Amino acid sequence: MRAFDYTRAESLDQAAAALDPAASVIAGGTNLLDLMKLQVMTPERVVDITRLPGLDAIEPEGEGLRLGALVRNSDLAADPRIRARYPLLSRALLSGASGQIRNKATTGGNLLQRTRCPYFYDPAMACSKREPGAGCAAQGGVGRMLAIFGTSDACLAAHPSDMAVALRALDAEVEVRSRDGGLRRLALDELYRLPGDRPDLETTLAADDLITAVILPAPVAGSVQAYRKLRDRASYAFALVSVAAVIRMDQGRIGQAALAFGGVAPRPWRDAGLEAMLHGKTPDEALFREVAQRLTADPAPNPDTEFKRPLLRRTLVAVLREATGLAQPSIGTDATKDAA
Amino acid sequence: MQTTLTVNGHTRSVDHDPRTTLLDALRDSLRLTGTKKGCDHGQCGACTVLVNGRRINACLTLAAMHDGDEITTIEGLGEPGALSPLQQAFVSCDGYQCGFCTSGQIMSATGMLEELARGDPSHASPDLAQVSADDAEIAERMSGNLCRCAAYPFIREAISLGAKGERS
Ligand SMILES: Cc1cc2nc3c(=O)[nH]c(=O)nc-3n(C[C@H](O)[C@H](O)[C@H](O)COP(=O)(O)OP(=O)(O)OC[C@H]3O[C@@H](n4cnc5c(N)ncnc54)[C@H](O)[C@@H]3O)c2cc1C
Ligand code: FES
Ligand code: FES
Repeated sequence: MRAFDYTRAESLDQAAAALDPAASVIAGGTNLLDLMKLQVMTPERVVDITRLPGLDAIEPEGEGLRLGALVRNSDLAADPRIRARYPLLSRALLSGASGQIRNKATTGGNLLQRTRCPYFYDPAMACSKREPGAGCAAQGGVGRMLAIFGTSDACLAAHPSDMAVALRALDAEVEVRSRDGGLRRLALDELYRLPGDRPDLETTLAADDLITAVILPAPVAGSVQAYRKLRDRASYAFALVSVAAVIRMDQGRIGQAALAFGGVAPRPWRDAGLEAMLHGKTPDEALFREVAQRLTADPAPNPDTEFKRPLLRRTLVAVLREATGLAQPSIGTDATKDAA
Repeated sequence: MQTTLTVNGHTRSVDHDPRTTLLDALRDSLRLTGTKKGCDHGQCGACTVLVNGRRINACLTLAAMHDGDEITTIEGLGEPGALSPLQQAFVSCDGYQCGFCTSGQIMSATGMLEELARGDPSHASPDLAQVSADDAEIAERMSGNLCRCAAYPFIREAISLGAKGERS
């Protein structure tokens, strides 16, 4: 690890004043320290925000909830209000990392955790996320964890967070505090940038911005929520693909559908066009397959991740069946075969 | 820099570089080598300790962040002749082979049983509102602790046995 100065911030003002491009906030530290040990991140100053008062509470906010940036992932997943009203969020959190890591990881840190692209993790490889303009060794490289949507010639990295995928489907907003104390709220698509030719710019945050909370709106009344994650081993592994769904049925038809996808893009992926295909329709195997086909219409940017297209299709169809109560076709019938 | 930790009930002052992880402070400065360093990257659980009663990986946190915190290591759970129920259960069930992961397994299981007792759900809970302690639950809740010797069946058995003792 490179040498750094450690400061413990006593107030948000003090934390913000200590931040600039050469400094990093530390919250749980479970991602930052991992990357600092590998010298993928080399901040000159580390600003500890874990003792800041008032950021570790879950409080009512209108009809929804305000999740403080320092709330631990395990506390968030176990909170009775989250379990009862936002089971999707509990499920996504519980599918991530391990019991020990969830006890340390925070809401803010989880959102801003960096990609698990193996080329980003290896300082000997070319990576424009680490070093603007250096190129991207993942193009034509190997890697099951790479993205298939939203990528560019400069970057194939996927966002690794499970929590963020659930938050995207729940239409959560991130509360950000700028150095002057002003607060603004960002939808996740306003927080995360797509890589384009500047993969190093991952978010729209300034160096001295702090995430103070996540705001959850009231859950869609009468909706079914589901999270399904596919990975290389049964636990303690990042998603190859994941699907978060919030679906409200209305007299046998799909009244409202929100779908977000993880493990496949530089940010939790959502496609309003797919949701529109479902609105007002009766649940139907052929319809679900059509939606899944449309989602995965384009070839993967790296042949190593081609497998994610059929995997994502099958996962999406299974989640749609589950959330709408459509029976699973029996094994061996034509409908169980993936039209790849 | 100077950090004060309460380790296994004793107040200890550590003089260290800001880079020092809690794991290195315990092992190198305080000579409590029961806590192991496997991967040093949060991937194996060998370094699991309790901080203010909760299990975490000591390799992924800075000593400086724990000024004033209460740390429990394997040395603080029990000692020969007065083992904790979980420590005793690992002996009784042969819950190890080489033993390198064992202190992490026992510390993790100690924290995990508290989480279960509180009713915290896991990925293996069919119902988020109601939690039970079957084998699948224990396996999922312990997935942050790898065992290169693959002593998993005996580890789970030891945890089930130890859980009875911890509760009584
Ligand atoms: C072995 C392993 C397996 C894992 N598996 C999964 C998994 O399956 N799914 C998953 O989703 N995650 C997984 N994780 C990642 C884990 O969820 C993250 O490491 C964790 O959520 C990061 O939170 P933290 O508080 O520790 O962040 P930190 O490491 O403290 O910070 C992460 C980043 O966020 C910034 N930051 C933190 N808080 C704020 C704030 N309030 N304002 C501004 N910036 C801030 C920091 O500067 C840093 O750049 C895994 C991690 C490990 C080590
Ligand atoms: S040494 Fe800490 S998790 Fe492996
Ligand atoms: S007993 Fe050898 S690693 Fe677990």
